[in-house]
Amino acid sequence: MRHAHALRIGPVGFRIGSDRPEPIRALRALYRDYPAPDDGVPDFTVRLFAPGPLRRFLRPSVMIGGDFMIPDAAPLPLAQGLLAAEMAMNLQMALGQRRYLLLHASAVEREGRALLMTGISGAGKSTLGALLSARGWRLMGDEFALVDPASGRVHAFPRLVSLKNEAIAEVERAVPDGRFGPLLKDTPKGDIRHLVPDARALAAMREPAIPALLLFPRFGFEPAQRVLARSEVFVRLTQASTNYVALGEPGFVAARRLAEEVPARAIDYPDTASALAQVEALWAAL
Amino acid sequence: MTRFRAGPRADLLVAPLDAFTALYHRPSGITHLLSTPAPELLDTMGEGEWTVAELAAALAARFDLERDDAALTARLEELVDAGLVERW
Amino acid sequence: MGGPVSRPLSRLVSDGRLLAGALRDPASVAALDGDGWTALLAMARAEQLIGTLAKRLSGQPMPQAAARVLADAAASIAQNRRQALWEAEMARRALAATGVPVVLLKGTAFLAGGLRAGEGRSCGDLDILVPRDALPQVEEALLAAGWSWLKPDPYDDAYYRRWMHELPPLIHRERDRMIDVHHTILPLTARPSPDAEGLLADSVALPDGLRMLSPADMLVHAAAHLFADGDLAGGLRNLWDVHCLVHQFGTDGLAERACRHGLQREVDRALRLAGALYGGEGRSLRGADRLYLRRLLARDGWGRETRPLTRLGFYVRSHWLRMPPLMLARHLWTKWRRP
Repeated sequence: MRHAHALRIGPVGFRIGSDRPEPIRALRALYRDYPAPDDGVPDFTVRLFAPGPLRRFLRPSVMIGGDFMIPDAAPLPLAQGLLAAEMAMNLQMALGQRRYLLLHASAVEREGRALLMTGISGAGKSTLGALLSARGWRLMGDEFALVDPASGRVHAFPRLVSLKNEAIAEVERAVPDGRFGPLLKDTPKGDIRHLVPDARALAAMREPAIPALLLFPRFGFEPAQRVLARSEVFVRLTQASTNYVALGEPGFVAARRLAEEVPARAIDYPDTASALAQVEALWAAL
Repeated sequence: MTRFRAGPRADLLVAPLDAFTALYHRPSGITHLLSTPAPELLDTMGEGEWTVAELAAALAARFDLERDDAALTARLEELVDAGLVERW
Repeated sequence: MGGPVSRPLSRLVSDGRLLAGALRDPASVAALDGDGWTALLAMARAEQLIGTLAKRLSGQPMPQAAARVLADAAASIAQNRRQALWEAEMARRALAATGVPVVLLKGTAFLAGGLRAGEGRSCGDLDILVPRDALPQVEEALLAAGWSWLKPDPYDDAYYRRWMHELPPLIHRERDRMIDVHHTILPLTARPSPDAEGLLADSVALPDGLRMLSPADMLVHAAAHLFADGDLAGGLRNLWDVHCLVHQFGTDGLAERACRHGLQREVDRALRLAGALYGGEGRSLRGADRLYLRRLLARDGWGRETRPLTRLGFYVRSHWLRMPPLMLARHLWTKWRRP
């Protein structure tokens, strides 16, 4: 393709190609400090291309493709090319990742031990990850945690942190010296702004951690905590994974080990201050 | 007389978690979450072939249960649908 | 600097020949640089040949990043294989009481039969062949065992039953896997009409009671599938099947068999194309073979299909062969009228 960029996030290499220069330019700027794929051979290929001639005439937009695709991915406006690239990379991971159990979770690390927060979108995974990283934790990732079935350890996937709507201003205040991407208005998910993970997160992106605490946060409720039964943890983990079934036995082994060995809590929180206080208290009590 | 048979023991990875047992079935790649008495049932069946009456008797003896052939048949049918037990 | 400049293989070969070459001659990948590997892996994924490639290249020296991608592909294909064989086993259990002979077709047959063509092969839906007069029994038994119709649509249903070579697709509610029940290997509207009874009569028993087609019929089916029942999409994989079947079973009696099914031209062409792509017996290309090859190899280093004009030409042609023109018009009309 005419324009291309290759990069590595944690242990996973990507190649992104585009018919148009704009998405690659945006990607290059924000992923400036990311390394190249190992051996120059990425794990996944992403393609951003122009839709058919009629649509091109109406307004410039970007279609998403790659090694792994869903048939009816709608195009995005050209101005949101960065988001298209992000979505396409996520899609490769969600559909194509076979080396690690992929948990839809944000992960932070302290002293070699990882805290995983998983839950449906809107639970504030990205926001909590970003805020914790501003408070001395190492950000391992705001979207996917990669569990190695052989070792049980979590590998980092510190892609750009994707902040939505109200979270944008909140994180801008908490991380005043952070590197942010352009504000993308009116995307299918509302307003989006990306935050580049800090230097520490990037420098240590190859270092795995031992999972030490599993949290299932829920936003919009009075503060509350609940210990989860192992079977509930197991089921929630399989539901939070896009590749559990495709992995087969290694997926079972990884999910079972997490459910049996790692303390797990469901936490409810009305605002991020409450969430951060609960997280720190639970961590201190381990 | 219909006989029932579970697959080879080595086909199963069994994780007793709490009231539920997670079970990975190697030939299908399917994970099942079983509640009692399914794990006990599979365990009792081992790799043998059973009629409902024989199995009911064995379960009653082993777990000190009241014998209920109709309920047992229903549980066996569920395991057949799940592919964990085969009509033989 | 004077003299000839050595260039990486991937710069010289930027279409499907890169993939075909790696499958034909695994040692040839030694010449690849990082970009070459990247292109090869993207093509192999797009052609659903990544598992086959992983098998073929095992033991070859390669960059660690490429080895990792192929190891993941091999693990993924092993899981795919388990699932495919399990679907066959569940169909066997569901149909055991009917006593109907069940013949596995395509990929699942290669896996169940332990054939070379099955090594690393990905496998989607389960395809089975049963006698036409047993269809109602088979349908009933599958519905009772948890399968249901994918799309309840009376027009599609009538169309399938009247003209196609299979029942409308069924899906298993719990396992979310499809089964296609065939009673012959080409639509009844297609001009060649294979001898369905012969396919069943010559089928071979597998240890668990399921059956597969005879090797010659498997070859005929692969050829029929490629030329008469598709738009050549997935053709590289299909011809790899042909190549492996020829390599494993030879071609004795094949011409006769192809003749009997009215598919001699298709089989001959498949053999020539498989030879051209993957080596083997030397048969020279003829007629439109080169056009077919162009279409088959239309894939770039980003995994994209290239040469869209050739592609459209083949798509129209494929519909034409399956249905006589008037019927095609009627079919499209009914489709257009629906919302």
